[in-house]
Amino acid sequence: MALEDEKHIKPYSQNFTTMTPGSFQKKLRTCVIYQFIRFIVINIKMIIVVGKSH
Amino acid sequence: MARLVVLGGGVSGHTAATFAAKWLGSSHEVVVVTPNSKWNWIPSNIWVGVGEMSKEDVTFELAPVYAKAGITYKQAKAVSLNPEGDLTNDSPFVTIEYTQEGRAGEVENITYDYIINATGPKLNFGATPGLGNGSELGEYTVSVCTAEHAVHASQKLQKCIEKMRNGERQKFLVGTGHGMCTCQGAAFEYIFNIEHELNKAGVRHMADIKWISNESFLGDFGIGGMHMKSMGFAVSSKIFAESLFTERGVDWIIGAHVSKVEEGVVHYELLDGTIGTENFDFSMLIPPFAGVGLKSYAKDGSDITDVIFAPNGFMKVDAKYDAGAYENWRASDWPSTYQNPTYTNMFACGIAFAPPHAISKPMSSPSGTPINPTPPRTGMPSGIMGKAVAHSICDLILKGEDAPLQHASMADMGAACVASAGKGIFTGTAAAMTIYPVVPDFEKYPGTGRDVDYTFGEIGLAGHWIKHILHHLFLYKAKLKPGWTLIPE
Ligand SMILES: Cc1cc2nc3c(=O)[nH]c(=O)nc-3n(C[C@H](O)[C@H](O)[C@H](O)COP(=O)(O)OP(=O)(O)OC[C@H]3O[C@@H](n4cnc5c(N)ncnc54)[C@H](O)[C@@H]3O)c2cc1C
Repeated sequence: MALEDEKHIKPYSQNFTTMTPGSFQKKLRTCVIYQFIRFIVINIKMIIVVGKSH
Repeated sequence: MARLVVLGGGVSGHTAATFAAKWLGSSHEVVVVTPNSKWNWIPSNIWVGVGEMSKEDVTFELAPVYAKAGITYKQAKAVSLNPEGDLTNDSPFVTIEYTQEGRAGEVENITYDYIINATGPKLNFGATPGLGNGSELGEYTVSVCTAEHAVHASQKLQKCIEKMRNGERQKFLVGTGHGMCTCQGAAFEYIFNIEHELNKAGVRHMADIKWISNESFLGDFGIGGMHMKSMGFAVSSKIFAESLFTERGVDWIIGAHVSKVEEGVVHYELLDGTIGTENFDFSMLIPPFAGVGLKSYAKDGSDITDVIFAPNGFMKVDAKYDAGAYENWRASDWPSTYQNPTYTNMFACGIAFAPPHAISKPMSSPSGTPINPTPPRTGMPSGIMGKAVAHSICDLILKGEDAPLQHASMADMGAACVASAGKGIFTGTAAAMTIYPVVPDFEKYPGTGRDVDYTFGEIGLAGHWIKHILHHLFLYKAKLKPGWTLIPE
């Protein structure tokens, strides 16, 4: 994990105990191809929940 | 001919009125009483508040839409209800006061056969000294609760960006302005949209950004948090929220009751009793919500407001209001028909109904100040409730008074929610979430209270695309364009 990814974690502070994403994970968030696939997956999941609620 | 009066033309009331008008046809009358001339897609106010959208992008004129739907539209606010009529008239009626230009202040009584209270929240800025006066926003902080507020917030934000460009460091404080607030999700969206905009403007390094909220843990959101399936674990929203705050360099204060706001400084009390202050150059604090303050009178003119409304001003419906301590709370405490138990031709939906209790665990500071989120009634549940109530009333009118009512309990319905974390067609992100059910059912799902197969969340560009599409889709639906009924709430 790159040091850059840890830049906001402060030792002994309240954010020391949380998980933090690495650069690959962060890249995926705005990777158009990956996100297009996620777009379809999330939509399907949402349609199922919407369907269960009506 | 029966008359249905809908009070409030927001998410819930507009849904109820438009479906009722469609189902009842022209042989019955639907009247909408709402004080604004424009409909507002409130979730997109966040983008107005950072200058990414204009007020015109998130609002439209109601009059032509209601004319098209055959709905009688009164630009007015409801003031009081006479569910038994009065000494001269046996029909129930609602007293309204016009807000329409040219008729402002004019009072009218409208009789009804059925009434829906969908008046949403009173933005109770006045509950915190310095935050505002009554439902008026004060001068020290900004708000994104209305489109006008959001325009003002955006102007202030631009001034801060200008100062940072000139080398002046700025402190941003965003969150909740009272110990009993709800709507943390909106503040969450706003803080991350600010962070995103500051990055885009190249001034992020000049900004300190801090969250302050009444949640006892990050990611509570007024629903007691939620568990999502991830990497083979059921992971608490606390972990995801803390992770995002850390990643974006946003510090936080939680378990906070904001007790006073002064110019550039917020005073707060924490759950552990600590008293503190926090300085700011820019602050957006969500106000606590209350009912809009409708009064109610019996036939003889005596005040029966407390029969119909809970002390917080929200309307009593078929909920269990005496559940007591949180250990006794059940999913079945939550209402499902939204019918008033005293006057069965009155219903309340959306934020206007009185919830039986909180969803988050009730907590207070050592001095007894209650500090816990009150339950949210977000867009999708508000829309579903509105439609269910309209369906029930149409059945009562068309099939007779014995027709069964529709059920739409928040303990039995899920919600899809997309929280923007920054706008941009290729750079934006949003947390796309589904939760099922909204109110945890610990009898059905011991442990997390929810079905983790249908409760999930992830952050990314796809979420932003969905949020953007929903913006257009819901405005299209609200304008009753062709096929509007096919778009779910
Ligand atoms: C900034 C912000 C962002 C949000 N983002 C999201 C989101 O992303 N997703 C989501 O699901 N939810 C979101 N919400 C919550 C969502 O807006 C509410 O759940 C929803 O608007 C509730 O619908 P409602 O009809 O009960 O109230 P409202 O939509 O507020 O409608 C109430 C209506 O009643 C009218 N009214 C008030 N007083 C009177 C009176 N005396 N007589 C007659 N009419 C009256 C009001 O003018 C208004 O038109 C957000 C809220 C805010 C503030």
